[in-house]
Amino acid sequence: MELYILLIFMIFAALVAIEVKDLLSSVIAMGAVGFSLCLAFLILKAPDLAITQLVVEILCLIILIRATTRKDIPLVVEGRWVFNTVSTAVFMAVFLFFAFHALKELPFFGQPLMSVVKKYLEEGMSKTGAVNLVAAVILDFRAYDTLGEVAVLFTSVVGIMAVLRRPGRNNLKEKNHER
Amino acid sequence: MKDDSKIGMSLIVKTITRLIVGPILIFGAYIMLRGHLSPGGGFAGGVIIALSFVLLILAFGRDAKVSKVSINLASNLESIGALMFLCVALLGFLGGSFFLNILNKGVPFKLFSAGTIPLSNLSIGLKVGVGLFAIFLALVILEGTKKNK
Repeated sequence: MELYILLIFMIFAALVAIEVKDLLSSVIAMGAVGFSLCLAFLILKAPDLAITQLVVEILCLIILIRATTRKDIPLVVEGRWVFNTVSTAVFMAVFLFFAFHALKELPFFGQPLMSVVKKYLEEGMSKTGAVNLVAAVILDFRAYDTLGEVAVLFTSVVGIMAVLRRPGRNNLKEKNHER
Repeated sequence: MKDDSKIGMSLIVKTITRLIVGPILIFGAYIMLRGHLSPGGGFAGGVIIALSFVLLILAFGRDAKVSKVSINLASNLESIGALMFLCVALLGFLGGSFFLNILNKGVPFKLFSAGTIPLSNLSIGLKVGVGLFAIFLALVILEGTKKNK
């Protein structure tokens, strides 16, 4: 029951984040979506995900608020709204049609098939020695995925450093001064 | 720190920050090191440690060298974290295959248990924390240089 209230609140907050004119209010509505997602993880009994979601959401909010305050970034809302609305409606209809037929094949919510998971739940602690099964899965059974995740984060940091690095901007300043 | 009161936020924020930064840092290390025993793990702990430094920069302003972590040191430490995780992965080759947990499993519910999992948590925490802090530093420095123009 609480989960459905949270989901409805998240949809409402996401709509507010899209529709509101002020950019800072939009960022705060995004934060509402993130924090209710954290609560939803807690209700679904996934404290690892809840902690990570909470902490990452705080960092994202700090960066976004610092980026949006003190600047007047105009929000473009004009344009071909008829074409946009019609294409969005068509895409949503196609997506809902295929999702309806695809999701019927999935097991019910909270009742997984337990074909792979069973082995992890039974042998996880004796094989890895970790009490927290989430850590056992992401750092032992599925550690290769975690290596890919680390590579993705490393690439993003390298990209941001390459775009925003200081020496390049200093050289640009000196060139501008020489002219 | 000269002319401390001019840069950054107000005195109340600075005092509270001074009191609270240490506990936040210790809590991040706790979450990171006990990732194999309780909820949390390297990613969340690393972000909490990064958030403590972000709090320092937000409260004291970017010009006050409070955190003593420059952007070059941050990117170097981030690369070291990624290499550490790769080394933990390659350590498995001593036992036969990639990511094999070759260290002693130990007693469950003890801090030094679970083989290579605490080492992986430590390296991921270092990598994520310093990487996100470096991103924040880069964005703050970008904003500063834009203002100076």
